[in-house]
Amino acid sequence: MSSTLGHPAAAPDGWDAYGDDQQPRVGFFTDTSVCIGCKACEVACKEWNLIPEDGLSWTGESYDNTSALGANTWRHVAFIEQEKPLHTNGDGSTGLRWLMESDVCKHCTHAACLDVCPTGSLIRTEFGTVIVQQDICNGCGYCVPACPFGVLDKRHIAKPPELPAFHGNEDGRVWKCTLCYDRLKGGHEPACAKACPTQSIQFGPLDELRERADARLAKLSGEGWNGVQLYGRDPDDGVGGFGAFFLLLDDPEVYGLPPDPIVTTKHLGEMWSSMAAAATVLVAGVACAFIGRRR
Amino acid sequence: MALRTLIASWPAVRQLREGDAFARGPAAQSPRTRDLTPRIDHADRVVESVCPYCAVGCGQLVYVKDGAVDHIEGDPASPISRGRLCPKGQASKSLVESPLRETKVKYRRPYGTRWEELDLDTAMEMIADRIIETRAASWDYETETGAPANRTMAIGNLGGATLDNEENYLIKKLTVALGIVQVENQARI
Amino acid sequence: MPSLGASFGRGGATDFQQDLQNSDCIVIMGSNMAENHPVGFQWVMEARERGATVIHIDPRFTRTSAMASKWVGIRAGSDIAFLGGVVNYILQNDLWFEEYVKHYTNAPVIIADTFADTEDLDGLFSGWDPEKGKYDTTTWRYEGMEMHASAGNREEGFGPSGHQAGHGGAGGGLRHGEPPSEDPDLQHPRCVFQILKRHYQRYTPELVADLCGCSVEEFLFVCEALTQNSGRERTSAFCYAVGWTQHTVGVQYIRTAAIIQQLLGNMGRPGGGIVALRGHASIQGSTDIPTLYDILPGYLSMPHTEYYGDFESFMQANTSPTGFWGHFKAYWVSLMKSYFGEHATADNDWLFKQLPRIDDDNSVYFTVDQMLEGNVKGYIIAGENPAVGNSNGRANRLGLAKLDWLVVRDLVEIESASFWYDSPEIETGELETKAIPTEVFFLPAAAHTEKDGSFTNTQRLLQWHRQAVEPRDDCRSDLWFYFHLGRRIREKLADSKEPRDELVRYLRWDYPTHGQLDEPSAEAILAEINGSETATGAPLDAYTKLRDDGSTACGCWIYCGVFKDGVNQAARRKPHWEQDYVAAEWAWAWPANRRTIYNRASADPNGDPWSERKKLVWWDGTKWTGHDVPDFEPTKAPDYRPGKDATAEDAIAGDHPFIMQADGRSWLFVPQGLVDAPLPTHYEPHESPFDNPLYAQRANPRRQQRKKASYDPYNPVADEPGAEVYPYVVTTYRLTEHHTAGGMTRTIPYLSELQPEMFCEVSPELAAEAGLEAGGWATIFTARSAIEARVLVTNRIPPVTVQGRTTHQVGLPYHWGARGLTTGDSANDLGHLALDPNVHIMESKAMTCGIRPGRRPRGKALTEFVTELREQAHSRREMAPRHEPEETRKTSKT
Repeated sequence: MSSTLGHPAAAPDGWDAYGDDQQPRVGFFTDTSVCIGCKACEVACKEWNLIPEDGLSWTGESYDNTSALGANTWRHVAFIEQEKPLHTNGDGSTGLRWLMESDVCKHCTHAACLDVCPTGSLIRTEFGTVIVQQDICNGCGYCVPACPFGVLDKRHIAKPPELPAFHGNEDGRVWKCTLCYDRLKGGHEPACAKACPTQSIQFGPLDELRERADARLAKLSGEGWNGVQLYGRDPDDGVGGFGAFFLLLDDPEVYGLPPDPIVTTKHLGEMWSSMAAAATVLVAGVACAFIGRRR
Repeated sequence: MALRTLIASWPAVRQLREGDAFARGPAAQSPRTRDLTPRIDHADRVVESVCPYCAVGCGQLVYVKDGAVDHIEGDPASPISRGRLCPKGQASKSLVESPLRETKVKYRRPYGTRWEELDLDTAMEMIADRIIETRAASWDYETETGAPANRTMAIGNLGGATLDNEENYLIKKLTVALGIVQVENQARI
Repeated sequence: MPSLGASFGRGGATDFQQDLQNSDCIVIMGSNMAENHPVGFQWVMEARERGATVIHIDPRFTRTSAMASKWVGIRAGSDIAFLGGVVNYILQNDLWFEEYVKHYTNAPVIIADTFADTEDLDGLFSGWDPEKGKYDTTTWRYEGMEMHASAGNREEGFGPSGHQAGHGGAGGGLRHGEPPSEDPDLQHPRCVFQILKRHYQRYTPELVADLCGCSVEEFLFVCEALTQNSGRERTSAFCYAVGWTQHTVGVQYIRTAAIIQQLLGNMGRPGGGIVALRGHASIQGSTDIPTLYDILPGYLSMPHTEYYGDFESFMQANTSPTGFWGHFKAYWVSLMKSYFGEHATADNDWLFKQLPRIDDDNSVYFTVDQMLEGNVKGYIIAGENPAVGNSNGRANRLGLAKLDWLVVRDLVEIESASFWYDSPEIETGELETKAIPTEVFFLPAAAHTEKDGSFTNTQRLLQWHRQAVEPRDDCRSDLWFYFHLGRRIREKLADSKEPRDELVRYLRWDYPTHGQLDEPSAEAILAEINGSETATGAPLDAYTKLRDDGSTACGCWIYCGVFKDGVNQAARRKPHWEQDYVAAEWAWAWPANRRTIYNRASADPNGDPWSERKKLVWWDGTKWTGHDVPDFEPTKAPDYRPGKDATAEDAIAGDHPFIMQADGRSWLFVPQGLVDAPLPTHYEPHESPFDNPLYAQRANPRRQQRKKASYDPYNPVADEPGAEVYPYVVTTYRLTEHHTAGGMTRTIPYLSELQPEMFCEVSPELAAEAGLEAGGWATIFTARSAIEARVLVTNRIPPVTVQGRTTHQVGLPYHWGARGLTTGDSANDLGHLALDPNVHIMESKAMTCGIRPGRRPRGKALTEFVTELREQAHSRREMAPRHEPEETRKTSKT
C-alpha cells in the first residue's frame, strides 16, 4: 500500500495500469521568459472546453483580472510588476520588469486529488495526466482541499438540465484542466499550447520537455537572467514532479505558487491503518450493543 | 456474453483485472471517457480562413458542423502565424456565433423612440431611394467658383479597413459613379 | 503611408513580418507590438532568441517593453527629437553606410538656393505663406529642375495632400534630360547630405535627454545598438504603428525613421526595413483599393476641383517622365475600362470630364464638420464605429444626430447605431431622442466566416478567406449590400436623361451571383481587380502589361498578377514547411509577389550581395535572381545607364533600386509630395505642457486646426495662463484583450472578462499629487469633455523630467463605449480635431489633460463641469495671450 500511496516514486499513480494502452507521459513546460501575457491560452482553453465566463470584475492588480485558477478558469496568466532588473548585469535600464506566467493544473506525479476521490471521478489517463470525469463527479468536493495548489474547484453556476436532482440548483461539480484529454486522444496538441504565440507553453512528452527545460535554464543562467529557476521539474519533489512544470524568473511564492508543495495524502497509508483499527473497535462496540439489547 | 461484459465492467472487477487496485486509472474510466474524441474530428468540413481582427493576417481553420461554426483555431500551415492565434483571434468563434449578433434589420423612423422591424428588401429599396433623392437634391455640377465638381456633398460613406478588398472595390466604384466623394475609412484613425 | 511612399516610392511596409527573425536589432517605437500584434511578435522573439537586440521606446513600459532587451521611456510626442538625435549621432560620428548612401539615396543631390531650413528660419521652412497657412513647396525643389507645368494651384506640388501625394508617385518635376545636379563627394553646401547635417546638428544627446525625458545613456544605447547592427554584415529594422501616425506631425515621425534606415543602409535588405503594423485586417487593402476620398485604386489621384483642369493636364501632372509612374496613363485608362467598360473611350477622354472632383480636404473629420453644419444628409457606415473610435466623440455623435438618414452595417448594434437613445449626449440633455430627425437603418452584416474575400495584411499580402457557413436571417456581406444597392439604383436610373446619372448608367455592374441570397462572386471581382485584355478577357499577369489605349482593363494596377493564369493566387496555401522562409507560394503580395520591396538594394551597386550573411537578391551576370522576386527589371544590368531621352523605367539606372521614384533613389530630403516639411523637425504636439526648446515655432505650423469651431475647443498650452488646468500629458492606446472601438470584442464574454473595465494608468507619484486612490475612480478632462476610469497605479508609466520640470503622463485605453458586455467611457471623447496636414489624422497619442479623484458628474452637471473648467482656463489665457508670432512670418526668399 505504502509503495503507491503517499510516497514518491518515478511513475504517476495509476498510469502503469493501462498496459498496452499506455501512452508516453505528456505535459506542459511553461517557459515564462517568453510569455507576453497575451492570455491567448486562457481564451483558447475556454473556447475549446466550452468553459463559462468567470465574472466581469476588474481587480486593479496589474493586468490580471482572472485572479486564480478555478472551475471556470483552467489557465490563468499571473502578472507581477517588479522593480528588479531583468538581468543580473543590470541590463533592462530602469530596473522595471513585468513577469507573466500562465498557470495551470500541475498534473502531479502523485496527485492527492486522485487519492481522495471517492467516486472514481478523478483518474489518471493513459497519457499520465489527471482528469475529472464529469459524468461521474457528484460534487462531494473532497479533492478541493486535497490539492496543494488550489486548482480543484466546484463550479457554482446553474445546474445543466442533464444533471441529477441531488446537485440542487447549481452544477456543483469539480472542473479543471484536462490537458485537453479529448484532443490528445485525437492526436491534437492541447488548445493553449497550440495558440501560444511565443511558445511559452510547450507541449510534449515529459522527458523531452525536461531536457528542453534543462537546456533553457542553462542558457538563461549563462545570460545572467535574474532569478531564473525551474519549478516542478524535479521528480524528487513533494509531489513527485509536475506533469506541467515551469521556468520562472523569481521564486514561486512571487507568482503565488507554493514553494515546496507536498502531496496532501502523503500520510494516507498510515491514516488508513488507524482508521481500520478505529473501525474495528467501532464495529465491535456496535455488535456488543446489539448483542446486549437482544438479551 | 452480455453477462460477462457486464461483470467485467464492474469497477471492482476492473480494478483487479486491470492491475489498477486503487482505481486511479483505467478501472475508473467511464464509458464516456473511454469513447471521448475531439469534436473537430467530426466536423462536416474544415474551411481555410484568415483572422478578422488585426493586420498580422493569421491563418485560421474553421470547423463546420450542421451548418454552423463549431470551432476556429489557427492554421499550422501559415508561414506568418504557424498555427498560433492571440486571444482575439482565438475568440473568433465566439464572435461569429455570438448571441449578441443582430440578425434582423432594425429601423428607427425620424424622431422615433424605438426600433421597429423592417423587411430587408424594403430597407434596401428605401436606402436606394434615399440616395437617389438626396443626390438629386444636392448635386453640384460645379463649385461655387465655377470649377467642375460632378458630385454630391450631402452623402458620405465610412468604413473599409475591416472589409474585404472586393467589398472596398465595389464601394469605391459605386461611389465614384454616384459622385459621392466623402468616402473614408479607419486609415484616418 | 505617405511618409514611406515619399521616402521610398510605395505606401506599404517594406518587409514581411517573418523576416524580422533575420534582424540583428529591432527598434519598436510608436507601437506596442507584443500587445497589439502578438502573433506577429513571435518573429521579434525569434530574433531575440538568436541574439538580436530588441529595443522598445515608449512612454509606457508595456508587455512589449517586458520582452525587450532595453526599454527607453520618453515623453509622448517627442519621438522626432529622439530620432533626429540618432540621425545627428550617425552623421557626427561618420557611422553612415557610405556606398549605400552615395548610390541609393538622394544625399548627393543639390537643392535649389530658394530653400531655407528651420535652422535659418527658427522653425519654419522657406515658402511659408502666413495668410494661406501653407508652404510654397517649390522652394524645396532640386536645383536645375523646374516644376512640371500644370493648371491650378500648385504651390504644394502635385496632388493636394494625402496618400497619393506622398506615394512618391506623380514624381513631377524630375524631367528627363535634366539629371539632378549632384556632388558625389557630398561636400556641396546645398547637397542633401550637408543640409541634413546642418538640420540635425543641434539634436545632441543632451538635447534629446532634456526634451524627451530619457537619460543620455539610454539614448546612446539606442544609437550604438543601431549603428553597431547595421552595415554590410548586419541589419536593423524599425516597427511602428499608430503611436507614430496619430500626431499633428505623424507623417514626419515615420520620415525620421526612414532617414535613419537610409543612412544605415537597411532598406531592401533581409532583417531590415520599416514594418508598418496595421490595426485592422485589411487596412492596407482599404488604402490600396481605397475607401478614401483622395485616391483611386493603386494610389491614383482623384481629380480635383481646382487643380489639373482637363484630361491632358491631369495626365501631364500625374505622369512622371521617369520611373514606373511614367505609365500613369496606362494605369488610369485600365481602371476606367474596369469601371465603365466600353463606355470609356479615347474619344471621351475615358470619361474624365464626368468624374467627381474632390477638394483639398474631404476627409472624415471634414465630413463631421459638414454634418454639424447641416450640409450632410445621408451617411453609410460599414464596419466602423465613429461614435467611439473617432476623436472628439461628442462632435461625431452630434453630427450623426443632424443627418436625415443613416445606414449602419455591423455584426452587433454598435454605439454609432444607438446614439439616438443612449449616447452620452442623451444623458447630458444635449440631445433628446424625440427631437432627433435621423432615420436609422441598422443592417446586420455577415462575418468573415460567412463570405469569400481577400484581406491585405500588414505586409502587403493578399490572403483569401473562404465562406464556411451561410449568413443567418438578414445578415449579408458588404459585397451583397453594395452590389444590390448599386443594382437597384441603376435600375431606378436606367432611363434617366440627367447628365449626373451618366456614370451610373455606364457602370460595369454585371457580376455573377450564386446561391439563394444572390451573393455576388467575390472571385469574379478579384479577377476584375487583377485585370484582363478587353478584347479577349484573358487575365493579365503583370502590371507591365497594362496599356493606355483601352486594350487592357485593370481594377487596381498594383494588384495585377493576383489572378495570374486565371488562378486565385491569394488563395494559395502551400504550408510553410514545404518552402523556404520567404514562403513565396503562400498567398500573394503586391507588387508582383515581392515580399521585401526595394530588394535590389540588398546587393551592392555592382549587383553582388553586400555580404553572404545578408544576401537576398543579386545579379548573376545575365539576370537578377535570389530568394525573393527581384524588385527590379529582371535583365537590367547593374551598369545600365539611361540615355538622355529615356523615359519611365528606362530612365532608371541599373544601380538605382527605388524604381517608383522619379530618380530611382530613396529620398532623405523630400522635395515634393509632403505639405509640411522636406525634413522632419521636432514640433511640440498641438497640446503640450512645453515650449519647443529648438525653435520659436512651437508646433507644426501647417497642422489643421478648427480654431473657430465651438465643438472643438483646445487646452491652453506650454506657458500660456490657463494651461495649468490641463497640466498632464495624456496618450491613448489599445490592449491585447480588445480590438479598437470594441465592437468586435466588448461583445465576447471570454475577452470582456479579461479586461472588464475602462481604466487609466498613472504613476504612484501622480496618484499622490492628484489624490488618486488605487482601484478607485478618476475623472480625466480636457476642454472637450470629461470621462471616468478606474485607477491603475503602476510604475510602468513613470513621470519624466523635461526642461528641468517633472511632468506626469496619463495612459488611457480607448476600447470602451456605452454598449456590450463591458461598458465604460470613451477615451476618444477627450480628443480634439487638430490634424496632420498630409493625411488628416488626429493627434490622440499626445494631448494634455487634467485629472481628479472620483467619478465624473452625471447628466447636465457633466457639461457644466467641463464648461466651467474650460472657461476658467480660457479666460486666464485671454487675459495674458501668448501668440505664435512666428507663424505670421513670410519665409520665402526674396
